[in-house]
Amino acid sequence: MVGRLKKNRSLGQKQSRAGWIFLAPAVLLLVIMSFIPMIQALFLSFRTGLGAAMKWTGAGNYIRMFKDPIFVQALTNNFTYLLIQVPVMLVLALILASLLNKKELRFKGLFRTAIFLPCATSLVSYAVIFRSLFAIDGLVNTLLIKLGFLSTGYNFLGHPNSARVVIILALIWRWTGYNMVFYLAGLQNIEYSVYEAAKIDGASPFQTLFRITIPLLKPMILLTAIMSTNGTLQLFDESVNLTYGGPANATITMSHYIYNVSFKYVPNFGYAAAMSYVILILVAFLAYIQLKVGDKRD
Amino acid sequence: MTKGKKVLTYGFLILVSVLSVFPLYWMVIAATNKSVDVTRGTLIVGTALFENGKKLFGSQNVARALFNSFRYSILMTLFSLFVCSLAGYGFEVFHDKAKDRVMSVVLLAMMVPFAATMIPLYQMFSKARLLNSTLGFILPTISTPFLIMMFRQSARSFPSDIMEAARLDGLTEFQIFYRMFLPTMRSTYAAAMTITFMNAWNSYLWPKVILSDANSITMPMMVANLTEGYVTDYGVLMLSVFICTMPTVIIFFFLQRSFAEGITGAIK
Repeated sequence: MVGRLKKNRSLGQKQSRAGWIFLAPAVLLLVIMSFIPMIQALFLSFRTGLGAAMKWTGAGNYIRMFKDPIFVQALTNNFTYLLIQVPVMLVLALILASLLNKKELRFKGLFRTAIFLPCATSLVSYAVIFRSLFAIDGLVNTLLIKLGFLSTGYNFLGHPNSARVVIILALIWRWTGYNMVFYLAGLQNIEYSVYEAAKIDGASPFQTLFRITIPLLKPMILLTAIMSTNGTLQLFDESVNLTYGGPANATITMSHYIYNVSFKYVPNFGYAAAMSYVILILVAFLAYIQLKVGDKRD
Repeated sequence: MTKGKKVLTYGFLILVSVLSVFPLYWMVIAATNKSVDVTRGTLIVGTALFENGKKLFGSQNVARALFNSFRYSILMTLFSLFVCSLAGYGFEVFHDKAKDRVMSVVLLAMMVPFAATMIPLYQMFSKARLLNSTLGFILPTISTPFLIMMFRQSARSFPSDIMEAARLDGLTEFQIFYRMFLPTMRSTYAAAMTITFMNAWNSYLWPKVILSDANSITMPMMVANLTEGYVTDYGVLMLSVFICTMPTVIIFFFLQRSFAEGITGAIK
């Protein structure tokens, strides 16, 4: 008996060691490619200058950025995109998912494929497509002129607000179907009989949505909200390829500005690292808030 | 549904579907038309595809960019699937307190924005002479918390008595993983493959940082380069967008189920 226990324990130890070997490559890569660079960036953010001549500047970079009109603009832009685009997109995705979940609906597969299709285009591709559609000589202007709304082409990408609207429209186009798929997956876990019971009890569609669908989908809604927030705070491709950050940096995002400061202008890695930490802190803080709010039982 | 509601529902779904497909339809139209016709607002297939192709292939090394994109994406997918499925399996099958704690640290990595690691990574890679290399492209994202989570989730359904039996038969732990887990989890691998390939194919920020050499650029980078300059030839530009989009659209149509499983895969 004792011998057998001993054998079991050594078998357990052997398996535990095997387990560590299974984990090692992935965990080591994450440490080297994510965690160590993240800590290095923190140290870098307190320094200024170039290469070997870098010197300590304390909080200098952090003070500088809030006096830097382009950074403040970038921060504002990220929040504008976040506050307008994410809610509109998630509500739209939720409506689409609940429509597509209806049993009696026909051509379900066709609708789902069509709405999901934008996800297959790369970020650079769709940014370039939207840039072309909204160009002065682009299709949108051509149509507006033909329909008599405009006499000459409007420079959508040349005015700050219309350029931001184009970015928001493009983001909604690209990501609504993506989020819808999460909600559809979540809805499949809700028994259809729940809806039938609600119907028999005389619940209106609104009551069904707010009393059944949304509460049961809460984990999914939380997940998509965190992912979208995370993604919006890190926007890069759209700013670079749709508006070039312009006109005059009016639509630039934080990641785009960080890229410019690091690789386009005279490189200032310390300052760029400090700005990247603002994104990191915002991502962590907003995810924490969302988890707190989402966890509340009502 | 009442008749009015029905009209509203179908009307709305048709409108959204058309809006979703239209930009891609327009891309195909534009790729087959001359730039002047594109700006005139044509919406029917043109005859300038060959001409646009000649201009595009004459001015850009499309074959090179395509080859690079395929090479990076395929290698990324292979390495990533191997490393992450090994880890996901390990976290689930051999889980104990210490490994669970490591797992929660792994999940934290999901929250690290790429901008915050990009500069130190660039410095590290330029010191290691990995700029403009395949390894440089793939190393930072071989191991991703998302895939590890996805494989851990699927390993949960892998029956433990099969493993016990295999151990009694004298199979090593790696043999159990390789010969038993891998073949039974084919659908998880398919989902992970589509999502990883697409992410690799579409990635832009990191390649823009480390691939500066004209011979090592990717297809999305080539498309972005084409938009620079004062006069845009829409036909040529949209043809390049079309070529860049085709591989992922093909994957999307053939593996739509895998793709949907891939993006929602880690949460079940």
